[in-house]
Amino acid sequence: MWQVLFDELKSQGFVILAVATDQAEPARPWIDAAKPSYPCLIDRDHHVADLYGLVNVPQAVWIDEQGRIVRPPETAGSTDGFRGMDRKTFTLSEAIIAERERIKSLYLDAVRDWVAQGANSQHVLSPQAAQARVKAADPAIGRAHALFRLGQHLLREGQADEAAQRFAQAIELHPDSWNVWRQTAQKDARGLAAGPAFWARVDALGPRPYYQPIDMAGV
Amino acid sequence: MITILNEQRETRPAHALAEGDSLWLDRSGIEAATGWSWKPEGLCQGELCTPLPRQTAKPMVRGDRLDIAALWQHMGHPVEHDSAGQTWVLGTAAAARAQALSTLEAPDFELPDLAGQTHRLSDYRGKKVLLATWASW
Repeated sequence: MWQVLFDELKSQGFVILAVATDQAEPARPWIDAAKPSYPCLIDRDHHVADLYGLVNVPQAVWIDEQGRIVRPPETAGSTDGFRGMDRKTFTLSEAIIAERERIKSLYLDAVRDWVAQGANSQHVLSPQAAQARVKAADPAIGRAHALFRLGQHLLREGQADEAAQRFAQAIELHPDSWNVWRQTAQKDARGLAAGPAFWARVDALGPRPYYQPIDMAGV
Repeated sequence: MITILNEQRETRPAHALAEGDSLWLDRSGIEAATGWSWKPEGLCQGELCTPLPRQTAKPMVRGDRLDIAALWQHMGHPVEHDSAGQTWVLGTAAAARAQALSTLEAPDFELPDLAGQTHRLSDYRGKKVLLATWASW
């Protein structure tokens, strides 16, 4: 999704920093297959998630030439449409697919508009509007990030049991973080945390979103 | 050896001493582990100094060492350690993260690509940056 956009816009002072909220080895095959020409960075301890208050992927932040945030973290083109998947056939309805494409296109077009128009883009938020979107602090989240960091280190040191305990604590403190839950959950043969436990946790959301819907002009 | 994790640092200061929930470090250990300087005025980073609390339930200073875990928590930040007291995380308060974000200055960071080359966000100053996350899971 990003390579096409990057190829189109890279000569206009634009770069994509693709941060894998992930470990290097599972991320590697995806990067090798995509062969992106923009930087693909590995954030094995989820430091960027800690800094920016991220909870899931894909999320994105727009940062201008002066290093200022012009769109704080938000869901980048994904929707909760997958929750409507037929779990026997693994198919999505045409309506869901169409809506997903619509949201994705809207997001990509918004990025194009920003690159073309800069600060004059309707999608560039005023400082007040951007600040209003910065999430309030919950002390438990800071603890959760520290526990996740500890767990990842312990895992690297071969202390899997204690790492698991720390991850469980982190999840309890920061239940909204799918980054932590999925990174530490059992993976299937494809490396996805998409088994019954995942679906149960998604179902338990009820009316709450898996992906916070984007608040963007035109959506 | 005790390992201390703080922001993107990972250090093993000599003379680090763990006792329960206390982590005793000397001046050089604190500087290496956190980037903060322990001065008479308190714990300082640049012009900003946090004075040591006057009255504490347990002493925070012992000889040339400071219980950095106690001070870190006094400053409002989370501290976590493994059960053996060998690995410590001096975390950052969620309030501090939110405060930083609300200045709208994009927090800088340094991460490697698969070739091992490190990139800082600030390396890309002068361009519009789409910082986008993804994962294999």
